[in-house]
Amino acid sequence: MSPPRTLLDRLWSAHEIVSHADGKSLLWVDRHLVHEGSHHAFAKLKARGAKLAEPELTFAVVDHYAPTRRHGQIADPRITRMLQTLRRNAEDHGIRLFDLDDREQGIVHVIGPEQGLTLPGLLINCGDSHTSTHGAFGALAFGIGATEVAHVLATQTIWQMKPAAMRLQIDGALGPGVSAKDIALNWISRLGTGGAKGHAIEYAGNAIRNLSMEGRMTLCNLSIEGGARMGMIAPDETTASYVKGRAFSPRGSAWDRAVEAWAQLHSDNEAEFDRDVRIDGADIAPTVTWGTSPEQALPVTANIPDPASEAHGNAQAVRDALDYMGLSAGRPIEGTPVDQVFVGSCTNGRIEDLRAAAAVLAGRKSKVPGLVSPGSSLVKAQAEQEGLDQVFIQAGLEWVASGCSMCVGMNGDLVAPGKRCASSTNRNFRGRQGPGALTHLMSPAMVAAAAVTGTITDVRPLLTGRTA
Amino acid sequence: MAGWSEHAGQAVALPLQNVDTDQLIPARFMTHSRSDGYGRFLLHDLRRDAGGNELAEFPLNRHPNASVVVAGHNFGCGSSREAAVYALVDAGIRAVIAPSFGEIFAGNAVNNGLLPAQVSEDDAAALIDRLKEASGPLRIQLETGRISQGDLDLGFTLEPSWRTKLINGWDDIDLTLHHLPEIARHRANQMHDNSWVRPKAGQSWP
Repeated sequence: MSPPRTLLDRLWSAHEIVSHADGKSLLWVDRHLVHEGSHHAFAKLKARGAKLAEPELTFAVVDHYAPTRRHGQIADPRITRMLQTLRRNAEDHGIRLFDLDDREQGIVHVIGPEQGLTLPGLLINCGDSHTSTHGAFGALAFGIGATEVAHVLATQTIWQMKPAAMRLQIDGALGPGVSAKDIALNWISRLGTGGAKGHAIEYAGNAIRNLSMEGRMTLCNLSIEGGARMGMIAPDETTASYVKGRAFSPRGSAWDRAVEAWAQLHSDNEAEFDRDVRIDGADIAPTVTWGTSPEQALPVTANIPDPASEAHGNAQAVRDALDYMGLSAGRPIEGTPVDQVFVGSCTNGRIEDLRAAAAVLAGRKSKVPGLVSPGSSLVKAQAEQEGLDQVFIQAGLEWVASGCSMCVGMNGDLVAPGKRCASSTNRNFRGRQGPGALTHLMSPAMVAAAAVTGTITDVRPLLTGRTA
Repeated sequence: MAGWSEHAGQAVALPLQNVDTDQLIPARFMTHSRSDGYGRFLLHDLRRDAGGNELAEFPLNRHPNASVVVAGHNFGCGSSREAAVYALVDAGIRAVIAPSFGEIFAGNAVNNGLLPAQVSEDDAAALIDRLKEASGPLRIQLETGRISQGDLDLGFTLEPSWRTKLINGWDDIDLTLHHLPEIARHRANQMHDNSWVRPKAGQSWP
C-alpha cells in the first residue's frame, strides 16, 4: 500500500515533469494568467526571439491599471501605454485578452474562477503574489516574478522547490459578523507575516467546509500575507457547484471525468503534515489592522499595542508603525476616525463581499466618502441586478467599474497623504494605497460599519435584526 | 546574466523588519521600461521626507556606494514585483543579508544575480550593530557560504540550486530546453488521460 499523501503531494506529483537532485522540480503549468505588469516578461521573450509555448493556456487581463471611471479618455499617458503594451503582446502571441470594455473583464483572481479557467487539480501561475487565491479550488496556485513569467511563456513549465506541508485547521462556528477575512487576519496576527514561510497551507476543518467559494478564495488569497506562497482547500460539493457551467469549464463527458478526478484531491486521514496549527473558529472576532503589516492586527474590541510591552526587536517596529499610522499606544482601536472607505480588490471584491457590505449599509448613510469597486464587470452587473449599487449610492458612496483600483493605486485611485482609509484590501504597507496613506484592513462588513459611523467600529451591533 | 562567486564591497545596515516590495519600489514607478534604469526608485519614499527631499540620516543616503544591505527579517515580503529586485540591482546592490526573505523576492533576486543571504537573527543583529554608525567593508564567498566583516566571520544559507545559478549565471530557460522531450511527453499524457484540463474541454462534443 502506498504511504498516506497530502493534497499537496497529489497536486505536486501530478505536475512534476522532472525532479533534480538539488530538490527542484520542473512542473507543468495548466493556466498562465498575465496582466499589464507582464511587459518585462514579454520583453525578455522578445529578446530571446522565443515563441509563446501555449497560447491556449495563457490568458491576459487588464486589471492593475484599469481605470474605474470608464467614460472619456484616460488622462495619464503612462496608463494608456501599459494597456496598449498588453494589447499588443496579447495580439502578437494570440492570447485571449479580457480587455477594458469586455463584459467579462475584472481582476485576474476574480475572473479566473468566474470564467471556469480555475479548476481543481490545476497548476496556475500568474505574475502576482495573490495567485494563491486559486488554491481555494484545490489547485496548486502561486505567484511568480517576471523572469519566471518569461519562463512559463516560453516553456509552459516552472522550476520550483516543493514546499513543506502545513495544515491550518479551523473548527467551530464563526460568530455573526465574522468572515474569512477575519480568519485570515487572525491567523496572520498569531503566526506573523513569516509564520507560514516555506509552507503550502492546506486549510481544513468544519469552519472551512462551511465557507462559500468566495470565502475560501479570500482565505487562500491572504496566504501570502502570512508568508505562504500557496494556500489550498480540498474540493468538495461547494467547489463543483461553483465551477459547473462556467464559460471555460469542462462539459459533457469531460465534466464527468473531471469530477471523478477531483474526488481524489484530498489529504489522506493518516497523512502527516510538517506543521499543524489549530484555531477555534469561535475565538475569532471581527479583526482590523492597526499597523503597517498584515500581522499587526487585533480584534476590533482590543486596545492598540504598547511598544513598551513588546519584545526588544519588536518594540521599534511597533513604535515605527504607530508613528506612521498616527495612533496612540494603549487606546482602543474602535472609535479611530477614518477619512474614507474602500470596498473591492482580489481579496474582497466578489458578490458575497458586496452583499455583506450592503447588508450593513442598507438604509444608512456613510459619514465619509468612499469607493466601491466590484472585482469584475460580471460581479458589477450582478450587484446592479440585485440592487446593491443603489444601496451604496444612496449611502453616499461612489459605485465604479472593476479593477485593482485603490488596493494598489496604480490606476490613479489613491488615498491622499495622511488620510485614513478603512479598506477591504490585502496590504496595509506604508504608502500602498498612495504615498503617506494610512490603511486599516478589515472585512467588507467592517468597512461598511466604519462608513456608517465614520470610525473603526464593531460591525456586530449594526447587524442586529438584519441578515448579513 | 553574469555569474559571480565572490564579492567585496561596502555594507550598510537597514535595521528594519518586513521591508516589503512596495517600499523597495513604490507602484507608481513601475510603468518604466527597465532600460530607463530602476536604481533611482530604490526605497524611494522611505529615504525621502513628505516634501520629496532626501533624509540625510537614511542609511542608503549616507552611504550611496554600498553594494551590500543588511536588514531585519522578512525582507522583500509582499508583492511579486521583480521591479523591487531591479531597483536594488540597478542601484549597485549585489547582496542582501537578512534572517529571512519573502519567497518570491528571493527567487527573483537569484534570477537577477542578487544574493539573498540568509543568516541567523543573532548574526544579522551583530552585523547591524557593527554597521549602524558607518558602512564597512564586507566580503561574501558563495562557494563556502561565508561572510566576513572585519574580524567577524559568519555563515549564510542558500538553496544549493540557487548557489549554482548565481555562480554560473545560468538562465532557467536554457536549462529547461534540455528537457523538451520530457515536457512533450507530459503534455501528451495529459491530453490523453486528463483532457478535461484543457480550457473548454468537451464543448465541441456536448
